[in-house]
Amino acid sequence: MSHLAEDTTTVAAAEGTPGAGLGLRALTKQFANFTAVDSLDLDVPTGSFFALLGPSGCGKTTTLRMVAGLETPTSGTIHLAGKDITHQKPYRRPVNTVFQNYALFPHLDIFENVAFGPRRRKVAGIDAEVHRMLELVELTSQTRKVPAQLSGGQQQRVALARALINKPEVLLLDEPLGALDLKLRRQMQIELKRIQTEVGITFIHVTHDQEEAMTMADTIAVMNAGVIEQMGAPDDLYENPRTTFVANFLGQSNLIDGTIRSRDGDMTRVDMHGIMVSVPRERTHATDSRGWVGIRPEKVLIGEEGEALDAPGNTIPGGVISDVSFVGVSTQYLVRMPWGQELQVFEQNTGRRRIFRTGDRVELSWRPEYAFVLDHAQDASAGSQIDDE
Amino acid sequence: MRWLQSKVVLILGILVLVYTFVPISVVVVMSFNKLPSEQSKIYRFNQFTLDNWLHPCTDPSMCQALGRSIEIGLLATLGATILGTLAAFALVRHSFVGRSSTNVLIFLPMAAPEIVMGSSLLALFVSAGFAGQLGFTTILIAHIMFCLSFVIVTVRSRLAGLSDTLEQAAMDLYATPQQTFWKVTFPLVFPGILGAALLSFSLSFDDFIITNLNAGNTTTFPMYVWGVSRKTIPMQINVVGTVMLIVSVLIVVGGEVRNRRRTRALAGPSPARRDSVVAAAGARSSAGGLEAV
Amino acid sequence: MSETVRRKGITGYILLAPAVVWLVAFFLIPFYSLLAASLFNSDGSDFRGYTMTYEWSNYWHAIQDYYPQFIRSLVYAGFATFFCLILGYVLAYAIAFKSGRWKNLMLVLVIAPFFTSFLVRTLSWKLILGNDGVVVNTLQFLHILGPNGHLLYTPFAVVMGLTYNFLPFMVLPLFASIDKIDYRLIEASNDLYANPVVGFFKVTWPLSLPGVVSGTLLTFIPAVGDYINDELLGSTQTRMIGNTIQSLFTEANDYPAASALSVILMLMIVVMVLFYVKRAGTEDLL
Ligand SMILES: Nc1ncnc2c1ncn2[C@@H]1O[C@H](COP(=O)(O)OP(=O)(O)OP(=O)(O)O)[C@@H](O)[C@H]1O
Ligand SMILES: [Mg+2]
Repeated sequence: MSHLAEDTTTVAAAEGTPGAGLGLRALTKQFANFTAVDSLDLDVPTGSFFALLGPSGCGKTTTLRMVAGLETPTSGTIHLAGKDITHQKPYRRPVNTVFQNYALFPHLDIFENVAFGPRRRKVAGIDAEVHRMLELVELTSQTRKVPAQLSGGQQQRVALARALINKPEVLLLDEPLGALDLKLRRQMQIELKRIQTEVGITFIHVTHDQEEAMTMADTIAVMNAGVIEQMGAPDDLYENPRTTFVANFLGQSNLIDGTIRSRDGDMTRVDMHGIMVSVPRERTHATDSRGWVGIRPEKVLIGEEGEALDAPGNTIPGGVISDVSFVGVSTQYLVRMPWGQELQVFEQNTGRRRIFRTGDRVELSWRPEYAFVLDHAQDASAGSQIDDE
Repeated sequence: MRWLQSKVVLILGILVLVYTFVPISVVVVMSFNKLPSEQSKIYRFNQFTLDNWLHPCTDPSMCQALGRSIEIGLLATLGATILGTLAAFALVRHSFVGRSSTNVLIFLPMAAPEIVMGSSLLALFVSAGFAGQLGFTTILIAHIMFCLSFVIVTVRSRLAGLSDTLEQAAMDLYATPQQTFWKVTFPLVFPGILGAALLSFSLSFDDFIITNLNAGNTTTFPMYVWGVSRKTIPMQINVVGTVMLIVSVLIVVGGEVRNRRRTRALAGPSPARRDSVVAAAGARSSAGGLEAV
Repeated sequence: MSETVRRKGITGYILLAPAVVWLVAFFLIPFYSLLAASLFNSDGSDFRGYTMTYEWSNYWHAIQDYYPQFIRSLVYAGFATFFCLILGYVLAYAIAFKSGRWKNLMLVLVIAPFFTSFLVRTLSWKLILGNDGVVVNTLQFLHILGPNGHLLYTPFAVVMGLTYNFLPFMVLPLFASIDKIDYRLIEASNDLYANPVVGFFKVTWPLSLPGVVSGTLLTFIPAVGDYINDELLGSTQTRMIGNTIQSLFTEANDYPAASALSVILMLMIVVMVLFYVKRAGTEDLL
């Protein structure tokens, strides 16, 4: 998957050179004989809200800990604002962390927890600064409580204030919302985003919740098995995934076996079990003659057999509805295709069309610009939710 | 009747507690007792007096023995607490070869009968030619030895319950390793160390069997009591007993109150505190240690 | 991952060394000295010195001369452990399940008496059980004890003293074990069996076994070697092995015999503990 690294750097290069923000080069971490992070290249532009997204155990925490200085890389370098900080002690780095379980000091009250960093650095005017921070996270009335007396959400805010007060170049957040219930989580997502916009510090937010990453971040890096699979803006990642892992991990995708017949002009022509479909050249990420044709379920149109759907599209006849689930705003169909595969189709309940029933014969279609072609060497089920949970 | 039925276990439990307090109340009462005569061998309540409290050192040798016990207790506590705390840090935070044999070595002194430990030490001192020099130093050596395991076990359990992300958080917030230790690690482990020190002192202060074998001509407070138990028993020993009771109750209750104040907002008694009470006062009850065998 | 990482390097050894050296020098090596001393020539003395003659007969003589004391120690300690178990179980159960918000207070009360001098406390039993004491008078009045009957200086007094002194070593591990039991299990069993006694033996008791095992060991071991209770509350007819060892050491200066007795006592305890832990571990705990 080394070709992916090039893509990664090109995306980042647009916003800043390694000199400006945080830059990781060939960063590797091995535990005994297990490689947790494998030659990772990553650039995080200054001031961005950056999300590191990936399944459990893919090396997110390890990467963060190396950036924080809590773990020594086996090889590779870390640069921050042009300086090599690979081997700098954690207490000398302008980087702070919001730990997964907050790690608030139980023997200190809220005020002292927040004042901990400034006190170590012996800065002046600590009191005023702490109050300003507690105001920012809306905790001014609780300053003399100890962490055990706060709710989960409040503890989370203290952890945030405690890190932010140091005005780090980069703030690392390791699943900061993981311990909160869904409602509080949504609320804190908005809060975090607000605070980040207000302070303008680079946030690197680790999560395995794709929805969280998409709603909060400017840039998402999808990580898998120690490497970055793809990096980019949330919509870009979603609309144009480059690997089967990203296609399945971010939302859902139909991946159909196909053979590339021609690559002329700006269109690639793919033979999909005897049906020719077109895919834009810049969305074709397969280099061989075989590939996976990918299409998001909500991009697939469904119609009666023989009904001419959306003329310039790719039309695939011969489907039979095998399952229908009505979820209110939309209806989700499973359609068995003539080659035996079941495709997912989500249709908005606009009321324009009847809801199909199991056994109905249908025709599918999609616009060429929504499809993508992925490398056939990759596992078509990589990153799908079923084998993840 | 139903009420009685539901409370029967509690009432029986309280009766057992009362049983444990019977001799204590005798000690307290007898501390106010006036003996009929100086040489009286009769040990029972005669007449109320404050004399024992006002003149605790009527028998100077008692106060001497008491002073010596306190001195040995403090030194043994200091020694055992320092050595034991260092070892506990090593056990929890560092890797080394021979971990399981070290654990057995730490466990054994808590399980061996005192008479065996005492006589072994005596055999060592005699064979090393120290038979004539038994005294303060040999007592101190013995006391540090048998307090050590209890300190290690108590501090280790406190330390093991301490997640090291707190230390990482401190490092992340610009604390140097020294600052991390003194501002975070030490304050959090301190209750365990304090508990271990209190336990050490009470073990050392109260030890008779091992001390008696290795004391030579030196007399500690328990040895003094032993000596007088067959002769006239000065009532002042009950004053000492009562003071010990009061001091230890004050320490435990003080810790509890302080702890209550900190966690008042949280519902229910704090299990952490209870654990430390159980761990400290009953380190012998280190079931963990037994499981290791 | 965020588990405690054990650091490598020599710091660990440096931190550990003083304690380990101390324990090796003053716990382990002494035990070898004891073994050695138990094989010295039996006619040596403090002044003339001893020589190592591999005098295995020391053991034979020790057993021959002092087996009644051994048996007495085992019996007294066994009874004391049994009484401790009953009293301790009631108390630990009451604290764990019935004390409500007084839990911490009751725990403190269990421990508090034992911070008063062991010897002073034991001496006060002398007063309580004494010939003119309340207990004897009451028992005589009830004709449970004859007019000349007494309690002090009997095996009863010794066992009582042992029970009393080692009770916390029983209560604390029992409490730790019982407190961990989910009370709903007991309620469920009451619901299913409708009989608290059966419920107790089917649920509470098996779940508390780890506490029972460590509690009984922690009571039995010190009790079997103790001689304070026996010396203060017993008579020459009740001498235990601890008394013998200490008087051979400090009064008779017969080091080889005393050492041999000590070694036998230690070995006996080790064998019993191993056997007991094994039994409890294989048959009851699983
Ligand atoms: N100290 C260590 N020793 C050995 N292996 C480790 C260590 N720390 C992490 N690993 C391994 O490295 C891999 C990556 O771990 P990491 O904690 O970075 O995952 P993660 O992406 O943060 O997962 P999660 O989402 O569950 O937090 C895991 O397979 C883990 O088992
Ligand atoms: Mg993680």
